[in-house]
Amino acid sequence: MVLFFFVYFSLVSIVAGVLTIAFRNPVHCGLALLTLLLHVAGLFVLLNAEFLFAVQIIVYAGAILVLYLFVLMLLNLKTDQRYLHTRHAIILFATAGICGELLLLLLQSPFNGAKGDAPVIAVLKDGDSFVVGIKMFSDYLLPFEIVGVFLLGAIIGAIVLAKTPTAVDVETERE
Amino acid sequence: MIPLSAYVAVSAVLFATGLIGVLIRRNFIIVLMSVEIMLNAANINLVAFSHYLESMAGQIVALFVIAIAAGEAAVGLAIIIVVFRGRLSTNVDELNLLKW
Repeated sequence: MVLFFFVYFSLVSIVAGVLTIAFRNPVHCGLALLTLLLHVAGLFVLLNAEFLFAVQIIVYAGAILVLYLFVLMLLNLKTDQRYLHTRHAIILFATAGICGELLLLLLQSPFNGAKGDAPVIAVLKDGDSFVVGIKMFSDYLLPFEIVGVFLLGAIIGAIVLAKTPTAVDVETERE
Repeated sequence: MIPLSAYVAVSAVLFATGLIGVLIRRNFIIVLMSVEIMLNAANINLVAFSHYLESMAGQIVALFVIAIAAGEAAVGLAIIIVVFRGRLSTNVDELNLLKW
């Protein structure tokens, strides 16, 4: 059963990823990206990461993708006739070959490393959100605060950049 | 039981897809979407290693990656709006000046 779900989620996410970069209309690309994000969230459930599953759906599919679609509809783009770079296709295929070879080498690795302190049984006993919360607010408190400041900076930057430039009032300028 | 290599393979294929998208698309918004695909591939990798090596660090870094992706999308789309106002285009080939 797990195998079936893994094959389903991974195949659909790969197909959706290819469609995201292949569709001509940008809105269709956004909808294919939504499919990809939801199926990646399914992969997170298979890996016992329920909190990350919820965050993926709420933040990615709920907030980021809506932002993309809003901007697409705001700009009202016309679909380009030539929407791909085809000049460098040979380099692209060579790179794909090299990456495939590297992937084959990588997949033969046993991936044996030192085990951490959160075995599956302990995670399942307390729940994933509990374990993530304890870890985040003890060992990763400083990175958490830094990410908070980063998000504040991103909000201010986005507002300042996208603000409509107001027409300069000549009378007040003179005074 | 699914081997860790399977998750790594899915993540590698998704990352390559996103990379090709960044390289071949001309629309700036689709380029940003391809970056999101690459970040998702990295997230799959992080969570898979976190599960199989029994450590929580991977999931927490994945959460930080999602936060950074949100910030990147907000600032990137704001830049797109500013550029579009001046040029009426989101084609990356036409954005070859730092000032106009």
